[in-house]
Amino acid sequence: MPDEPLPEVPLPDEPLLDVRDLRVRFRTRTGTVTAVDGLSLSVAPGEILGVVGESGSGKSVSMLAVLRLLTSRNVTVSGEVRFRGRDLLTLPDKELRSVRGREIAMVFQDPMTALTPVYTVGWQIAEQIRAHERVSRKAAHARAVELLSDVGIPDAASRVNAYPHEFSGGMRQRAVIAMALSCGPALLIADEPTTALDVTIQAQILDLMRELNARGSAVVLITHDMGVVSEIADRVLVMYGGRVAEEGPRRSVFHGPRHPYTWGLLDSVPRVGGPRLRRLPTIAGMPVSPGDLEGGCAFAPRCPARHDRCDERPALSGHPGEAAHRDACWLPADDRTAVRLATRTAKADPADQAGPGDPADSADAADREMAP
Amino acid sequence: MLYFAVRRFLSALLVMFAISVLVFLIFFATPGVDPAARIAGRNADPATLAQVRHSFGLDRPLPIRYLLMMRHLLVDRDLESFVNRGSRVIPQIVQATPVTLSLVVGAAVIWMAVGILMGTAAATLRGTAVDPLIMLVGVVGVSLPAYWLGEVVNLITQKQLHGTVFSWVPPPGYVGPSQDVGQWALHLLFPWLTLSVLYAGIYARLLRGEIITALNEDYVRTARAKGISERRILVRHALRCSLIPIVSLFGLDFGALVGGAALLTEVVFGLPGIGKLTFDALQNLDLPVIMGTVLYAAFFVVLANALVDVLYARLDPRARHA
Amino acid sequence: MTTQNTTPPAAPAHPDGDGGGDVLLRATDVAKYYPVRTDALPWNQGRNRAGKVLRAVDGVSLEVRRGETLGVVGESGCGKSTLGRCLVRLTELTSGRVEFDGRDITNLSARRLRPVRPGMQLVFQDPQASLNPRRRAGDIVAEPLLVHRYGDAAAIRRRVSELFDVVGLAFAHLDRYPHEFSGGQRQRIGIARALATDPKLIVADEPVSALDVSIQAQVLNLFADLQDEFGLTYVFIAHDLGVVRHVSDRIAVMYLGEVVELAETEALYAAPAHPYTEALMSAAPYIDDTADADGTPDTADADGTAAPGTERRERIVLTGDVPNPVAKPAGCAFHTRCPYARERCAVERPRLTETSPGRHTACHYPLTAPGGTGRVNSQVSTA
Repeated sequence: MPDEPLPEVPLPDEPLLDVRDLRVRFRTRTGTVTAVDGLSLSVAPGEILGVVGESGSGKSVSMLAVLRLLTSRNVTVSGEVRFRGRDLLTLPDKELRSVRGREIAMVFQDPMTALTPVYTVGWQIAEQIRAHERVSRKAAHARAVELLSDVGIPDAASRVNAYPHEFSGGMRQRAVIAMALSCGPALLIADEPTTALDVTIQAQILDLMRELNARGSAVVLITHDMGVVSEIADRVLVMYGGRVAEEGPRRSVFHGPRHPYTWGLLDSVPRVGGPRLRRLPTIAGMPVSPGDLEGGCAFAPRCPARHDRCDERPALSGHPGEAAHRDACWLPADDRTAVRLATRTAKADPADQAGPGDPADSADAADREMAP
Repeated sequence: MLYFAVRRFLSALLVMFAISVLVFLIFFATPGVDPAARIAGRNADPATLAQVRHSFGLDRPLPIRYLLMMRHLLVDRDLESFVNRGSRVIPQIVQATPVTLSLVVGAAVIWMAVGILMGTAAATLRGTAVDPLIMLVGVVGVSLPAYWLGEVVNLITQKQLHGTVFSWVPPPGYVGPSQDVGQWALHLLFPWLTLSVLYAGIYARLLRGEIITALNEDYVRTARAKGISERRILVRHALRCSLIPIVSLFGLDFGALVGGAALLTEVVFGLPGIGKLTFDALQNLDLPVIMGTVLYAAFFVVLANALVDVLYARLDPRARHA
Repeated sequence: MTTQNTTPPAAPAHPDGDGGGDVLLRATDVAKYYPVRTDALPWNQGRNRAGKVLRAVDGVSLEVRRGETLGVVGESGCGKSTLGRCLVRLTELTSGRVEFDGRDITNLSARRLRPVRPGMQLVFQDPQASLNPRRRAGDIVAEPLLVHRYGDAAAIRRRVSELFDVVGLAFAHLDRYPHEFSGGQRQRIGIARALATDPKLIVADEPVSALDVSIQAQVLNLFADLQDEFGLTYVFIAHDLGVVRHVSDRIAVMYLGEVVELAETEALYAAPAHPYTEALMSAAPYIDDTADADGTPDTADADGTAAPGTERRERIVLTGDVPNPVAKPAGCAFHTRCPYARERCAVERPRLTETSPGRHTACHYPLTAPGGTGRVNSQVSTA
């Protein structure tokens, strides 16, 4: 994918993580499936990057690929993952292990299954510390207590000896975060860290991430929730069909979204504030599954503004004067707002919706979903 | 814990009572069968039959007869074998127990070691040609009948190659470890191997499945993301968790074997263990001995079950109280 | 199981008793307790720990008016799903009463319940788990019709096709199996099945929470369209505050098996009266994109002035976790996490009472009370 050079706005720092043209392919019974299709992204030191997308967008797979955690024999990963100048994809196993957990830590979606059930929480934190540093068992244990109390676990000195099943979901996610923090990583990759949690607990965990970020770690937060991204991210990357649809500073993306997919994502979420609509604007059809990607724009089959050029794959490009905010769309750069409004009005017309009034269209949409 | 022990003990008593009643009824209450004829053994003359009938009080009601028998077996411990008059049941069992224990403990050590090794190796090397090979070896081991394998081993080590390669193999039989530990081990070597071949395959197969499942668990991914070595992930995380179901199965197998399920191996190798005792008693329809060994077996199975529960709680913190 | 309750029973008086509207479903003091005995310890198995009970639903009274959508919102373990099952008598109540369409259905036998069943249907969260994987979509939808003797085979076939049409599935899908459908389509099958018997009431238990955002919007629209077309009444159970706000006319907020607040949607979101409601709303992730009332996306926004009603709420982050419903706190169930709790809250269980017209709150010191007395001693962590 052509990466547009950005001479006008030089990045303040050398990026911490620089992913270039990452491709992840799965061999399946029905052929090769491309889950991540030429993804390029960078994370600056100390920033929070929110990666948003629906299921099948490749957001989780790409981050697993970054740390080479896709262990299946049926996966091939290509591209370049530069972290502090080294390519993680070609790093010898031993060096990679010293990056994992020490420089890049990862937190996963389901805290209920993320910890080994037969060891105490403290043991598992100490294990990570001792994997990277020459410290005594006792010192590692003491650090574990400290970390647990840092992430807000009450009575950490005794809870450190508890087993994962003795913790609630929110506590477990805290413990997992404590473990991730144990070696002071420069980058934390969090894959849907709050999806399995209740909102009040989610708020606590997001606070924790902010705090961690304030201490200097960069964060990549993978989520499907536009609200979470809006709350916490400095920069946003919207993924669709294994590719970047749009990326840019949070304000810029949320206040002036350019890609029709981003419009759809923002419009179709029922809000806790603002006007209430009887019917929500929707994105027609289903999220594309990696096997169905065709040559052109991945979003074209669902796009309300598709046109002839969409058969060709659009490159990720910035707009004049706003190079940090880039999108992959063929629509003319200057009147996106007008197009967005136009598609909205079109959507307000119920004939465009899948619903009782219009079985033909919905059946058509459903059929598209069924395509193998 | 105390509650648990009491409960277990009571359930053990209940199981043993039920089994003894069942065995008793089979012998004494089967219609159309004269218990005296069974007791007296095969081809007994009418005089012996009458004597047997009298001395066993067969004219008294069934419950009384059952209680009498149990008193002789457990309280007075002077219940005698019907066939070999004069030899008492309890001492026979006491004598046979160490033989069976020696056989089963040794075999268990071998099959667990081999099974864990094979299962772990197969799971780690899955996708290569080694994995199906290991599993094939395991299946072959499982499918060999013990008596056949035992006979073949005997044929080779005692006859065919006894003159050359296997001249060091002692004749079938048993030597107590208190007499000579070396001879004890030497006498038991082939019985151990024969018995463990049967079980190693099953355990390898089970463990392989468990480890493969464990390696796909989220916690293994977490461990990898922590920067731990693959070996440590395999041993400390995947294998450790996979052992939980294996151990509970092991407890049950072990209990059954100590209880006499190693019968075929004992018979083939001429080991005077519980299995052999039961086997002989069954052939002679020697009720007192059968009653004794059956109760003994029930006791071990129940005991093993209880131990498994305790062990399970040790291995899996989720099974302990919160 | 005993129905004895250590806390004073909730007021049997009805929160909506005064309110207008034709009531379709009335729940009075509904409780559902489960005995706790699943102890993993082998030596404790089968022992009911000192007769403890899990109070999944603990004295809930509410009314659902004909044609409205009543949202039930709360966090996991608050008893909202159990309440849903109680309302359609999919589970037996421990105590309390449920009236449907003017008829007390609490103690109806299975046989006498049969003619009532078609009128109230349930839509489940996980369409994958609630559809029989070995049956074709058409047969799944036809099943309730067969059970309730809708008509002959031809009539049933006609009805199933009609239902497929209504929920936006193609006729070609009739012969497919559940696994051949996407999540959104499976949920449409579940909805078609619920619609089959022409119900008056549909209790939907987290029907969109397993779906992707764009699909979620499609299914929510389907719910809206069906309501408009067939005059359905919904009880819509969800944890997502945005979703609940979107669909509901009125909302019941649940915490530890109790309804802590019940109010009109707009009023509830504009000014929550119960501290838990306030905390829940402030915790909901807020999308700051100034998609304002007139629908004009602004590109040149610099200072972040938002349209009225879209401002970020003051953030209140609750500490700790929801207490175990086996050991519910005495007094107000929320007092252990409440930033405004006072002594009285730890002792006396507040009843759900009308604090302002149309709004019922179970709080001794509701936030909307005149003068905002609730905020005394506040230790709110704001951000």
